Amino acid sequence: MGFSTPIAITMTNCASIEPILSTENLRVEYAALSGSAGNSREPKVALKGLSLSVYRGEVFGFLGPNGAGKTTTMNVLLGFTSATSGKASLFGTDVRQPISRQRIGYLPELTYYYKFLTAEELLRFYAKIFNIPKAQREERIRQVLHRVDLEHAARRPIRTYSKGMQQRIGIAQALINDPDLLILDEPTSGLDPVGRMEVRHLIQRLKQEGKTVFFSSHELGEVETVCDRVGILAQGELKALGPVQELLAPGERSLEQAFLRIIGYQAQEETLCKKSPLSLAS
Amino acid sequence: MQKISAVAGVVILEMIRRKDVYVLFFLTALITLVLGSVDLFGDAKIARYLKEVCLTLMWMSSVIIAVFTAARQIPVERESRTLFPLLAKPITRSEVMLGKFLGCWLACCISLAAFYLLFALISGIREQHWPLANYFQAFWLHCLFSGIVVALTLLGSVWFTAVSSNATIVLSCVVGMLLLGRHLHKVAVKAGGIAGHFLDGLYFSLPHLEWFDVRDLIIHNWPRMDWTIVGQDTLYACAYAGCFLALACWRFRRQPIH
Repeated sequence: MGFSTPIAITMTNCASIEPILSTENLRVEYAALSGSAGNSREPKVALKGLSLSVYRGEVFGFLGPNGAGKTTTMNVLLGFTSATSGKASLFGTDVRQPISRQRIGYLPELTYYYKFLTAEELLRFYAKIFNIPKAQREERIRQVLHRVDLEHAARRPIRTYSKGMQQRIGIAQALINDPDLLILDEPTSGLDPVGRMEVRHLIQRLKQEGKTVFFSSHELGEVETVCDRVGILAQGELKALGPVQELLAPGERSLEQAFLRIIGYQAQEETLCKKSPLSLAS
Repeated sequence: MQKISAVAGVVILEMIRRKDVYVLFFLTALITLVLGSVDLFGDAKIARYLKEVCLTLMWMSSVIIAVFTAARQIPVERESRTLFPLLAKPITRSEVMLGKFLGCWLACCISLAAFYLLFALISGIREQHWPLANYFQAFWLHCLFSGIVVALTLLGSVWFTAVSSNATIVLSCVVGMLLLGRHLHKVAVKAGGIAGHFLDGLYFSLPHLEWFDVRDLIIHNWPRMDWTIVGQDTLYACAYAGCFLALACWRFRRQPIH
């Protein structure tokens, strides 16, 4: 059974608090490429009026199948892409203004860093971008390197790091400005079980420190463990929003079951089962 | 300004750590050293000719360094996706572009300073003549020329996605402007009509890169130029580099990154 309207569950204790991250009727259209399916010139709609609020101190899981619009949402929030219509803001400031990114940390899905720099140089570079005063800069670099356990490799070029170490330097750069909001794009993607556990622990520690975490993931078990609320996106629309327990229908025991129901996977499967004898016959 | 200088610092560090630039740099330095130090038959004409060859080589190397350093900045950042964590920080795309320009230009100036220093040393020791003002004027105008070339290449890099196509187009334009720019007006007068107007338009709108080429000051030991002319050339270069950079920033700001 799919959902035609989003499940509207709000955090009652957050109703009067100003959201840290919010989107309002966010719509993103991409120009259709010539020669695309059906030779249609109609633009591809990646987001269809997404409205979402994330509040201080919560861990928010942003879920959806591939192509649902999660990365597009993050791209708008980080100013990589402009929305066709609607509003998006971080700390009440429009995301088109660079100052809105002063208090955020961003961890991309894969490690995209200057491989010719050492960890120390990379962190120093990002610290300068955040205008961290020189007096505090070196201390801050030492702290984050200690936090991700990379002190021993601080003066080695990043190109010599293992995948786990590269992910850790990614976390270090996301924490260099002591952010109030962390945006993590599939932070456990491609990591081994130990790496995944470390990221999970990190998110939990950040939550204890009162940080807000907004992250996308395909690891539903992990989301279930660490998230206060989740938003499920499918085909550019927010299909469900709320705490995990409130999204579960009677008889459902895991977020995975709820997720599959909400994105309409079962319905597709049934259709496929009904169709298959016919398609075999034809 | 701290953000711009931070980006510029990374550009310079990258250039220092990339090995391919060293090949060109040391090759040019070696040829300069050899040609600048030989004294064939004690003939002044031959010595001047060798000086011209050295300086031409330095000009060619500087154009290649400027174009290939600047052409790869934005496209390679896009391709390796290092642009994502950078733009997720509180920095504007214009600041990124200006940082790239500053880094590339300073890298070119450092290479040029090394070339000119080496050439001046060898030439000065051989001729026992030290026209320092001439060398400084030639070096400074050469730096200004590099600034225009770097800005033009950065502009090309936000229009053409492939590094090779941008580098080829910019190299062709720069060589064309250097060699043919000064003759455009004469050709325009001869051509007349619409073609003449078009060529005249090009003559007055394109930067006259040949104005920055004062190799003859060093080759023939001519007296130094009036400093006002150097000042005017500086303003001229700033205006063109500024226009190219403004266009590059405008284009870069409008491009979605995904």
